[in-house]
Amino acid sequence: METFLTILLDGLQFSSYLFIVSAGLTIIFGVMKILNVAHGSFYAWGAYTSAFFIGKFSDMGLPDALGFLIIVAAAIVVGVILGFIIEQGILKHMYERDEVLIVLATFGLFLILEDIILIAFGTDPYFAYQPMALLESVELGGITRDVYGITLIGVAAVVAVGCWWLLNKTKWGTLLKAVIFDREMGISMGINVPLVYTLTFIGGAILGGLGGAYIAPTISVAPGLGAEVIVLSFAVVVVGGMGSIAGAAIGSLIIGLLRAIAVHEVPQVELFVVFAVMAVVLVFRPEGLFAPAKPRKI
Amino acid sequence: MFNDRTAKFLLLAALVICVGGAFAPNWIVNQFMFGFSRALAILGLMVLWRTGLVSFGHAFYFGLGAYAVAILDSKLGVSDVFLRLIAGVVVAGVAGFLIGFIMRNYRDIFFAMLNTAISMVLFGIVVKTESLGSTDGFAISASTIFGASPETKYPLFVIITLVSLTAALAVNFYLKTTFGKLTTAIRDNEIRVEYLGFSVAHAIHLKYSMSAILAGGAGALMAMSLGQVDPESMINWTVSGELVFITIMAGPGSVIAPFIGSLVFEVLRTYAFELAPQAWQLIMGAAFLTIIFFLPGGIWSLIEKLGGKKNEK
Amino acid sequence: MTNKLLKGALGIAAVSAVALAGGIAHAKDTITIAVPSFLTGGAAGPFGIPAMNGAKMVTDAINKGTLPAPYNTKGFGGASASLIELDEGGGATKQVAEYRNLVEKRNVDAIVGYISSGNCQALAPIAEELKQFTIFATCGTPRIFEEAERKYVFRTMGHATSDNVAAAMYVKENFPNMKSYTGINQNYAWGQDSWRDFDLTLKQIMPNTKASEKTQFPKIFAGQYGSEISAMSLDKADLVHSSFWGGDLEAFIFQGAARGLFKKKISVVTVGGTAAYRLGKKLPDGLVLGARGPYGILVRDRDTALNNWFVNTYKNIYGIYPSGPAYQYGQAILAAKIAYDKAGSDASNEQLADALRGVTFESFSTTIEMKLGGGHQAATENGYGITKYDADEGENVVTGVKFYPASCVLPPDGVKSVDWINGGMKGAKC
Repeated sequence: METFLTILLDGLQFSSYLFIVSAGLTIIFGVMKILNVAHGSFYAWGAYTSAFFIGKFSDMGLPDALGFLIIVAAAIVVGVILGFIIEQGILKHMYERDEVLIVLATFGLFLILEDIILIAFGTDPYFAYQPMALLESVELGGITRDVYGITLIGVAAVVAVGCWWLLNKTKWGTLLKAVIFDREMGISMGINVPLVYTLTFIGGAILGGLGGAYIAPTISVAPGLGAEVIVLSFAVVVVGGMGSIAGAAIGSLIIGLLRAIAVHEVPQVELFVVFAVMAVVLVFRPEGLFAPAKPRKI
Repeated sequence: MFNDRTAKFLLLAALVICVGGAFAPNWIVNQFMFGFSRALAILGLMVLWRTGLVSFGHAFYFGLGAYAVAILDSKLGVSDVFLRLIAGVVVAGVAGFLIGFIMRNYRDIFFAMLNTAISMVLFGIVVKTESLGSTDGFAISASTIFGASPETKYPLFVIITLVSLTAALAVNFYLKTTFGKLTTAIRDNEIRVEYLGFSVAHAIHLKYSMSAILAGGAGALMAMSLGQVDPESMINWTVSGELVFITIMAGPGSVIAPFIGSLVFEVLRTYAFELAPQAWQLIMGAAFLTIIFFLPGGIWSLIEKLGGKKNEK
Repeated sequence: MTNKLLKGALGIAAVSAVALAGGIAHAKDTITIAVPSFLTGGAAGPFGIPAMNGAKMVTDAINKGTLPAPYNTKGFGGASASLIELDEGGGATKQVAEYRNLVEKRNVDAIVGYISSGNCQALAPIAEELKQFTIFATCGTPRIFEEAERKYVFRTMGHATSDNVAAAMYVKENFPNMKSYTGINQNYAWGQDSWRDFDLTLKQIMPNTKASEKTQFPKIFAGQYGSEISAMSLDKADLVHSSFWGGDLEAFIFQGAARGLFKKKISVVTVGGTAAYRLGKKLPDGLVLGARGPYGILVRDRDTALNNWFVNTYKNIYGIYPSGPAYQYGQAILAAKIAYDKAGSDASNEQLADALRGVTFESFSTTIEMKLGGGHQAATENGYGITKYDADEGENVVTGVKFYPASCVLPPDGVKSVDWINGGMKGAKC
């Protein structure tokens, strides 16, 4: 029974991690049909910014609880600045072009941003363990768990519910769904599509940055951070279906739980779980679990 | 076939390069070997791109070709160049044909990602397998040609040049046939192609298998030039990304483009490395962005423009 | 008429011959040494940059002649060395192309460096083919000299087998009541080989212990180890073995410490040395820490002129104590000096190789005997210590440090590491 609870919690925790990291990507993918490789950069910049300031504030002797504020602030700052620059500077000029070309452009951006991190922050790691240390630990299921990891589940839930509410219960959400379904119709109905695109991209960037910022206290923030999450978030988005938050959530849950089971029972296959799930889902549902209805153009 | 301007150019290039290689310094010969091996894979990706499909997982076939050579060498002691090449091509080709049954139903980003998924599963398998050298890989003995062990790399260089340029000729010929012309037709409007009486699924399957064969051959040649295989350089998604990078950079305009693109990429990377050992990624990324922005048809479109201007005069 | 022409031609030939011969015999003023190291990516922080710093510091001192005796002569065989810094990243294929460029296009004199075993593996045959004098500084795989005879490639550091054999021995001496063990290692050659060597050695010297069925091999750079830590917490094993390094090691330490893992289990971190200085007081007490040999925090207090110079100079220039990689690259450059001093600054690759083969020399922290791999592979001691945070001094120290001699933890010349361990480590002299 203890093992079951532990596996469940591990699975939920990893799923939450996956979801937080890929929520931004899925939104951008859904609305703008862009698989944004630079998403890894939002994550990395969010992590570095929050780690940097948490470290600085801690050195200045300020209370550790401020760390949580820094995390949110870092995510917003990174998302707004980077998102705005990238969308207005580069992507805006490419919407008419082939989807794949845009993906490749974001890949080029990713490479550039990676090296800018090296130049800005150097190669040494940044530690921001204070928020995690603050929340301490708790005994659950016969082992010690860190409370911070459990709050990940909470954050993921908040993000999921927030996105759902935004999409389904607000006027803005309806506009967004209209643009997702048919951009041209949206324009002819008078929706300011360029604005929608810009705000969506910034929103996705903020979420990406939040992923990095919130995870930063649990790791050593070092170069190469962004590349790892790209593959993971791609897998989740592809499994979930284009632009579906519900899909990303379910996809994260499936991958997260399966991985936790693998780690506990059959660690040898842990490496394959993510891609095997991706391959299997795609074979049965070629457009992901929650693929949107697409009009057929003749 | 030989009246074609491209074909004539390829034949001439083959001659010039083979002769020039005898006098060129070793490091240039090596760059060409790597560049042309890779160009073979890009030839296949170009055909797919013309069909509107981009695969982010062709390192799967590239890696299969490379490892086929390596395993043949270590387990069976086969060192003949042609046997190795055939092994690489056959293994990758069969795999591509089988996987093509599934792949031919996918489009866009899902096509790209399913290929990635498969390639990463192979990556995981190789990394986990100690007898395959895990991430360190293992070395390949020097290639022999019909039993003779050449002293220098020159014979291998000639073989790689001839093989890749012959493949280019073959693809060029193919693209002029009806089935070849279906590539751009499918990209433009699949449904109309079906109305015309062709099976889109079959056409895509054929092209996919072709691209697998080419990528497998490329992997085999690369393994032989390098003398070493390892999963990081041959199966990882970054390798697939690199192949796509060069495909786009080269442009889809002609079968000569992959060769030029591959060489330009090598040069670019070498100089980025030398100039800025800590910021070479930035230079590559910027170069990439610039090309995508200003040269949507790739480097080849630039060459075409220059050539066009000459003709006008 | 023909006689005059003939005489003239002979004269010119004679003069040219003398000039050429004079040109060949003339000693060089400068040599170029290429130093590849990880300048980008996850390995830069813990390995690549400290390594490059160590190399630069020692080269500089040699050029000025400020090293302590017996190395206080200026230059490499009198010549001043200029370094070419290179990024070791990008994969083996890229590195092979770069290596060829270095030798055939940029005509460097010596190549000293390399951290990644994958790169060393790929490059050893190329170095031999191009007949280029090369010194591997840090890469760990024993395969380099076990798979083929080398004439031009050297390695001035003991290979990775000694890390885990020494770890097992330390565990046996200090934790004789240990009953079962598990491991968390990165899923690639380094992690797999480390676990294998540790496991096999323990099976030999502590045959009554049991290895866990569920050892963990997460993907390298995964960063999140929540599930693995849970699995290990549930596991009954007393001991956890890990060859994690860099960001992965630090993340594992943060996450594990937050969950009390290191209080419940004996934890062996074979490459912990690189994190010791970076983590400061976040390094948990009681870890069994290795530095891949006599380097870094394990030898900080070795009181020799060379070590004191190394530690103090490094701290003064870079503001932090030198870790393993700095020592490893520093001593490789030292080996290059020794070769050049013996053979002359204009020596050929063969002469340099002859000069370095089989020598024994004092490096900054230990004695290096080039006696394995036909005289090309260094034999050095290897050891472990237990971490403790010294609150008074405000820094990390290691207690209970024990070193095992090379003959105890490295297989003799000609014997493959795995065979040696499985055969009961015959010939080991502890």
